[in-house]
Amino acid sequence: MKAKLEEIRSASMKAIESVAEAADLEALRIRYLGKKGELTAVLKQMGSLTPEERPAMGQLANEVRARIEGAISEKAALIREAMLEKKLEAEALDVTIPGKKPSLGHKHPMSVVLDEAKDIFIGMGFTIAEGPEVELTEYDFTRLNIPEGHTVRDWQDTFYITEDEKIHLRCQTSPVQVRVMEKTKPPIRIISPGRVYRKDEVDATHSPMFHQIEGLVVDKGVTMGDLKGTLNALVEKLYGAGTKTRFRPHHFPFTEPSCEVDMQCFACGGAGCRVCKGEGWIELLGAGMVHPKVLEGCGIDPEVYSGFAFGIGVERMTMRRFNIPDLRLIYENDVSFLGQF
Amino acid sequence: MKLSRKWLSEFVDFEATSKEYDDKMTLSGSKVELTEEPSEEIKNVVVGKVLEIVRHENSDHMWVCQVDIGEGEPVQIVTGAQNVKQGDLVPVAKHKSLLPGGVKIEKGKLRGVASWGMLCSLKELGLDLHDFPNAIEDGIWILNDEGVKPGDDIRPLMGADDSLVEFEITNNRPDCLSVIGLARETAVTFDKPLKLHEPVVKGCGGDVRDHLSVEIQNAELCSRYCARIVKNIKIAPSPRWLRQRLRASGVRPINNMVDITNYVMLEYGQPMHAFDYACLNGGKIIVRNAKEGETMNTLDGTPRPLTPNMLVIADGEKPVAVAGVMGGENSEITENTQMAVFESANFNGTSVRRTAKALNMRTDSSSRFEKGLDPMSTLPAIQRACELVELLGAGEVVDGVIDVVAAEKPVTTLPLEPEKINALLGAEIPVDFMRDTLTKLGFTLDGDTITVPSWRGDVERCADVAEEVGRFWGYNEIPATPLRGETVMGGLTEKQKLERKLGETCRGLGYSEIMTYSFISPSGYAKIRRGDDAAITNSIRILNPLGEDTSVMRTTSLPSMLETLARNVHNRNASARLYELAKLYLPKAADELPEEKLCLTLGAYGGLDFFDLKGDVEAILDALRITGAEFHARKDASSYHPGRCAEITVEGRVIGILGQLHPAVAEAYDVTAELYAAELDFEALRELSAAEITYAPLPRFPGVHRDLAVVCDAAVTVLALEKCIRAAGGSLLKAADFFDVYTGLPIPAGQKSVAFSLEFRSDEKSLTDQDVEPRMAAILEKLGAELNAHIR
Repeated sequence: MKAKLEEIRSASMKAIESVAEAADLEALRIRYLGKKGELTAVLKQMGSLTPEERPAMGQLANEVRARIEGAISEKAALIREAMLEKKLEAEALDVTIPGKKPSLGHKHPMSVVLDEAKDIFIGMGFTIAEGPEVELTEYDFTRLNIPEGHTVRDWQDTFYITEDEKIHLRCQTSPVQVRVMEKTKPPIRIISPGRVYRKDEVDATHSPMFHQIEGLVVDKGVTMGDLKGTLNALVEKLYGAGTKTRFRPHHFPFTEPSCEVDMQCFACGGAGCRVCKGEGWIELLGAGMVHPKVLEGCGIDPEVYSGFAFGIGVERMTMRRFNIPDLRLIYENDVSFLGQF
Repeated sequence: MKLSRKWLSEFVDFEATSKEYDDKMTLSGSKVELTEEPSEEIKNVVVGKVLEIVRHENSDHMWVCQVDIGEGEPVQIVTGAQNVKQGDLVPVAKHKSLLPGGVKIEKGKLRGVASWGMLCSLKELGLDLHDFPNAIEDGIWILNDEGVKPGDDIRPLMGADDSLVEFEITNNRPDCLSVIGLARETAVTFDKPLKLHEPVVKGCGGDVRDHLSVEIQNAELCSRYCARIVKNIKIAPSPRWLRQRLRASGVRPINNMVDITNYVMLEYGQPMHAFDYACLNGGKIIVRNAKEGETMNTLDGTPRPLTPNMLVIADGEKPVAVAGVMGGENSEITENTQMAVFESANFNGTSVRRTAKALNMRTDSSSRFEKGLDPMSTLPAIQRACELVELLGAGEVVDGVIDVVAAEKPVTTLPLEPEKINALLGAEIPVDFMRDTLTKLGFTLDGDTITVPSWRGDVERCADVAEEVGRFWGYNEIPATPLRGETVMGGLTEKQKLERKLGETCRGLGYSEIMTYSFISPSGYAKIRRGDDAAITNSIRILNPLGEDTSVMRTTSLPSMLETLARNVHNRNASARLYELAKLYLPKAADELPEEKLCLTLGAYGGLDFFDLKGDVEAILDALRITGAEFHARKDASSYHPGRCAEITVEGRVIGILGQLHPAVAEAYDVTAELYAAELDFEALRELSAAEITYAPLPRFPGVHRDLAVVCDAAVTVLALEKCIRAAGGSLLKAADFFDVYTGLPIPAGQKSVAFSLEFRSDEKSLTDQDVEPRMAAILEKLGAELNAHIR
């Protein structure tokens, strides 16, 4: 009987091993373990054994049964896995077929740059002030120390709304400085991005409407060094750490001292090339210390407070940032242009 | 201002390459735009002596010359010119030479005869008769009287051995529109002494007052007038050095007297004029306003109608010059002038500017005066002019100067405040440096009191002094410091955050942002079929627009959007989804600023219908958490398709409109495709958007679902059905969502079937059919009673 059990064990193991289909495995289970199976048949003969033989033989029989059961379930798992693999293989896709993409809209390149600049200044503790575009001459000129008779007030440069020249389309974002200082006590830290208007014919670098970002900081003890620090931080964030700037004396009626800020040409690193017209530097923005007359005009005592202001042309910044060769593209809004940003 | 480095070197001794000079001057405040090097334009052109000249064997008009060019062996050159004789000195462009305009000369054969270069005319060297009046126009330039020898480089003779520096001079520094002004800046920049020259006039006796009287009638517009008289004038070309300097500065030489006035203007920055004394009636000069109806021909021969707000120089009877702008033809210096009056005066800048503009003639003189000149420079300038007259032998200077000072300009004094200057700059500049710099710039220091030189009208306060000190210390030497002081919180306002959110939402829905001009053509209103709608045609008008196309501030964003859509159609883009968050400018009272109102505009074409656009608008409202929006048909919005337009309301408030554009509008923009647009009032969106979010518990009990299809008159709107269902559904009805509309058999004509999906749910228990049946019955009853809609 022992020999019979051993024989069942080795025969069943071989049979299970060689099975590949779930149905064949089930047939083997019935053949060995079923009610009429081979192992059952052997066990039925247990009665013919002596009581001494029974326990050992019983144990052996259980062992053989457990072994067969184990082998079957292991094999079943293997077969399931193999079947799953086969199914997955059959379900395989050509993943190079394009996806079903919902089309996303694009930010206008000017907004990309504007938002970036705004976020940089917000990070430095600035808030964003707003002011009217159809503006009082009082705010855009008079209180910015641009007296009557100054050339920018000419009708060939500025768009006028009223015959008496009291209202015009602002030609800079600077009037917002006055509007803010008039209402707010220092410390003041604002930027004011917006549309401005000058009577320039449309060409590759000019537009009668364009955008500026005005900046204004007023507090006790604000210095030109602070102006430099702030603008350097902006330039480094926009154009990468280590971007060099240079500050050049200039003249604006509403700042004194005034300067223009250049950045080292990104194309040639300062050696001089076509991009920077051989100068090695690219003009970025105008800035300066707020003119004491402007502070006084807003009720801020220039003996106690000082401040700096700057104005950045956004179109030029955008064109440079994305290598856009012609300003007109910006206002044409062709979708194949917009889709690039 | 174009500055000749050679002329400059007369006032400052210094050495610097062009690049060094440009960089240093730019950083000390005189921005160099560019430097011209005329010597780069001409290469390998020398003086040659014609040793032999014979007829060309194969030509009846060409000559073969043997020319000594200082290189031992003469070279053979063929010329077609007829004015060359044996022994003449001529300019020779050698083999491999360069002429102005990039012309390259190489050896060649002319009708079989070798020619090793070219003999040059004035024109070929970029010159004309004004530069060398003794030359001839159409022939080789003969150099016999120019003091040159064979082999000499031609460039020094031409004045082409100079560098010409073009400066951008800011409005506050008219003193730098002169050689002396820029020499002063150069001297301080390079820390070299400024060598000024005191003009000396010998005089020939007599007294100017015996011939001339000067009267200023308008002291406000003319603060000072200096005059001197020159007699026995010999009009002739100016000497070469003077002609070269004028030419280097971009001024064309005319004759000695005229050239002197231009030379002094360039050197001192003081415009001057010369009158023919014989033309001054009564020997009088009267500075007065023009009289009504007066006219005068200016030097350019143009008749100029004058108005009483213009200042003129008149003699006893008539205007002889427009003050500070241009002289009159009636008193012009001519070949026959015997005696002349020099004028060196100070005119009011604004007045000169307005006059020049009114007469549309901006001159070198007016563009200097308009910036406000130094009244103290009138006298040195006239002295310099008279000195040059004597130097050039152009005439004899009558003794005495007429100097009428009608208004004194006060001298500005300021305290020197070194701490304040350093505090403003954020620097530690030593006081000695400050004093030294100011002194070199012409300021005088008496203890701590600074006296501002008369030519620096722009320096009025401590901040101005700080700029003078700072720019020579170097702005780039000031340490950059981060912002200090009280920490302030930066950030966006709620409104600004909402603007960003709207943008993000639109882009998420596939719309791209556009930016369009704030001004439009008034014809845009007619194109959107609202040309006679006063509510929008009443717009802010620009009095001096660039053109009609950009002449009114928009009161609606539709024309800009439609123009953009049309441009995309015409550029063959198959579809577009665009948005703009744009300002509209709504007029108030005439003397008041308009209301500037933000409007969100969507525009689209290609692959969408009304409900796609409506869905996008609904999604935008969802994103802003605006609930309860209703869409009502608008048949009378003239820009839109009468059957495909809806007005959007929330709690009865109109917040916008959307729809397909009227085909006539599309046609006005030359588009046949269906165009769609939506206009939403930003302010309304902002006020309605719910900022606060509060959590609502998740449903705990399962609900009951019912589909309901009713048949009703085709005119009954889905919104009416939905409102009716909701009203009858009671509090258990949580959702009543439209999902289908059907017309056609078996539904009778004129009727339609509309299907809704209803969801009933309670927060207290699981609902059963028994709970829902009474609600369904109530809904059907109300639908039947109010809308004659019955279950299908």
